[in-house]
Amino acid sequence: MPAIASKQYSDDVSLLVLLLDTNPLFWSTTSITFSQFLSHVLAFLNAVLGLNQLNQVVVIATGYSSCDYIYDSSLTSNHGNFESNGTGMPAIFGSLLKKLEEFVTKDEELSKEEVSEDRIPSCLLSGSLSMALCYIQRVFRSGHLHPQPRILCLQGSPDGPEQYVAVMNSIFSAQRLMVPIDSCYIGVQNSAFLQQASYITGGVHHTPKQLDGLFQYLTTIFATDLHSRGFVQLPKPIGVDFRASCFCHKKTIDMGYICSVCLSIFCEHHKKCSTCGSVFGQSKLDDASSASDKKRKAPST
Amino acid sequence: MAGGGQVEKRVKYKSSVKDPGTPGFLRIREGMLLFVPNDPKSDSKLKVLTQNIKSQKNTKEGSNKPPWLNLTNKLGKSHIFEFENYPDMHACRDFITKALAICEEEPNKSAVSTSSEQLSIKELELRFKLLRENSELQRLHKQFVESKVLTEDEFWATRKKLLGKDSIRKSKQQVGLKSMMVSGIKPSTDGRTNRVTFNLTPEIIFQIFAEKPAVRQAFINYVPSKMTEKDFWTKYFRAEYLYSTKNTAVAAAEAAEDEELAVFLKPDEILARETRQKIRRVDPTLDMEADQGDDYTHLMDHGIQRDGTMDVVEPQNDQFRRSLLQDLNRHAAVVLEGRSIDVESEDTRIVAEALTRVKQVSKADGETTKDANLERLERMSRLAGMEDLQAPQNFPLAPLSIKDPRDYFESQQGNVLNVPRGAKGLKRNVHEAYGLLKESILEIRATGLSDPLIRPEVSFEVFSSLTRTISTAKNIIGKNPRESILDRLPKSTKDEVLHHWTSIQELLRHFWSSYPITTTYLHTKVGKLKDAMSNTYSKLEAMKESVQSDLRHQVSLLVRPMQQALDAAFQHYEADLQRRTAKSGGERPNGYI
Repeated sequence: MPAIASKQYSDDVSLLVLLLDTNPLFWSTTSITFSQFLSHVLAFLNAVLGLNQLNQVVVIATGYSSCDYIYDSSLTSNHGNFESNGTGMPAIFGSLLKKLEEFVTKDEELSKEEVSEDRIPSCLLSGSLSMALCYIQRVFRSGHLHPQPRILCLQGSPDGPEQYVAVMNSIFSAQRLMVPIDSCYIGVQNSAFLQQASYITGGVHHTPKQLDGLFQYLTTIFATDLHSRGFVQLPKPIGVDFRASCFCHKKTIDMGYICSVCLSIFCEHHKKCSTCGSVFGQSKLDDASSASDKKRKAPST
Repeated sequence: MAGGGQVEKRVKYKSSVKDPGTPGFLRIREGMLLFVPNDPKSDSKLKVLTQNIKSQKNTKEGSNKPPWLNLTNKLGKSHIFEFENYPDMHACRDFITKALAICEEEPNKSAVSTSSEQLSIKELELRFKLLRENSELQRLHKQFVESKVLTEDEFWATRKKLLGKDSIRKSKQQVGLKSMMVSGIKPSTDGRTNRVTFNLTPEIIFQIFAEKPAVRQAFINYVPSKMTEKDFWTKYFRAEYLYSTKNTAVAAAEAAEDEELAVFLKPDEILARETRQKIRRVDPTLDMEADQGDDYTHLMDHGIQRDGTMDVVEPQNDQFRRSLLQDLNRHAAVVLEGRSIDVESEDTRIVAEALTRVKQVSKADGETTKDANLERLERMSRLAGMEDLQAPQNFPLAPLSIKDPRDYFESQQGNVLNVPRGAKGLKRNVHEAYGLLKESILEIRATGLSDPLIRPEVSFEVFSSLTRTISTAKNIIGKNPRESILDRLPKSTKDEVLHHWTSIQELLRHFWSSYPITTTYLHTKVGKLKDAMSNTYSKLEAMKESVQSDLRHQVSLLVRPMQQALDAAFQHYEADLQRRTAKSGGERPNGYI
């Protein structure tokens, strides 16, 4: 990357890391086709790059069994002339689409090898979050003059409760790094992970109602850089779904047992905590028969 | 002065002032007073336990009254004893004072652990004080206890922490030592005559004995064999006075004349010995107890005089000089140690002896045997050793055991429920889905971005819906997200809401703790609580109606969790009641347990 004079760095230079959901099981069930979705997203990326000369965009594809970097606007090889077939495709995204296709093929291979357990058809959000955070960490260490990073998660697949721990860990790392995680959920059910992610890290969460206006949602809400968010009002959700999933069955629960040593959550009584190994005492609600044996203090009235 | 544990004197016992008095013997022992009349037929035998004695009065020596001692016991009755002479009376009086002092400590301890049937006055006072200070508590108390929903005991049962802390604090606190130094005691001078008067209190005596072991030793040695206590203190203060005049020549001269005075003027040998011992035992690795810098007065021109001046002193008079730092350090050490003895006595000798005993005990503890010394030296050399000069040490190696990180991650997979479906079917689905995906990508590569990207009417709809979302959010949450709803309510409503909240908490706490119902008492209690809760519920409803229309939504949001909690309680009550009536099989239709 060529050296940039520091006076060109204004407050609103941003690095946007886009986590693109490419879970085929989801895309086969939506009203909007993947190609329409892609055109909205690509136009949005173009708009972000157009906002400021120094803006950077990184795209990570979140697949069914794997994740990978698809596009990095700071790499000079992307500025070259690709695929000028006379089609309407801007040259800048030629490599993105090529890489995306390769990724999907690879993902298909991997998912064939996987034992087809009946898990919820979720995408690998934890993996792509980790990759995004690693990239951002590298940017932080590149010097004191760097764009302000944020993560935008474009997802439609439901939450996979088996990823709860990993996702929460990534969210807390992002909070530590002070990187907001914005999330745009285009699926059917509500995603508790994404709501919590945006709430904890200070990002913006939105569920667009009209998917054919997706581009408008993206440019209105998610194109704002971090500096402008101080004075631009973005739509915020009223409540957040804070439910956790239990560590033993990965079910989403709202009342359960918690280990007092490591704070792991369980949906039923266990003798021993599976994370830290501490032994639990007898539960107070275990035997109702012992309650009547307890001496009740009855002061004289 | 009676040193033993018993005093026996010939007295006359009077039950009142007018009574002529029954002659007899008074025996005072630890904890008990016994009066035996001379005439065995008389029935004024008296036995008084010292813990029952509240106070004592006596007639003064100089007055023309006969020597009387008047003891008042806790019930208010007074016993008057007429002694034969004043010294007798003083002896008895002192003995009783001592006994009373010992008994004083006990009632304080017993006040803390009162049974629930008998409340001590102290606890009642504490409760009133708490109620006075905390208006919220008072309001709750008024609401529940005075309307007979809860009894006093129940109310305070959950607040043991508030009550307990106070009383523990009162009985266990020990009075520490004053931080003012002994040398700060200035005598009062009589302007006319050439005399200075020093005021000596037992506190000061204790401090002097604690800080200057040589003086203590001298006291034990000289008094009462060589001189009286008064003479001793006179000499001591003369020495202090000489110091304050800073005249070392005079001090030396007087010391040469008077051997006892010299003891006070010389540096404290016992103290020096102790300090030397401490220095020897210093661990260079981390002990900060004694510093050799404490003892720098042997250097020339060092040491600040007590008044901050620096005098040059002839070498032979050097030992009569003391430095401010030594005094300060010694005083600080004693204050930090605290009170090592518990005896509060007017008798100076007892104090001195007690202190000596304590010091001897601590010295015996501190004496290290030869082995301990060797071990200590070895440890010091090991810790203070220089690494590069040591021989190479080959420690036995223990293999690292790094757990396989996969254990952690795999345990997170857990046992996902396996509902068997057609595996082949799923694979086909996946394959199809991937096919569709790849088709889409090819399509967009071929045709490019869709044109138009977005229709204007869709765009307009999106804009308007977003604007609506933002404005409604502002109405609900408020312009300032940090402002809470409570602050926007009028004050009276806010107070009412908060008060309802605390009272519901209180009621629910008692309600839920009464289940499962095992006694009739609990049954009635739950009944009373349920009535109070229904009352509060209707009050909440009324409040919701009465509030202004624009705030009604917020108030109902605030009130909802309270109502939900109450509803849960009511449900539980009904369910329990039904279960009881079902269990009793309808034989006792009143739900009687």
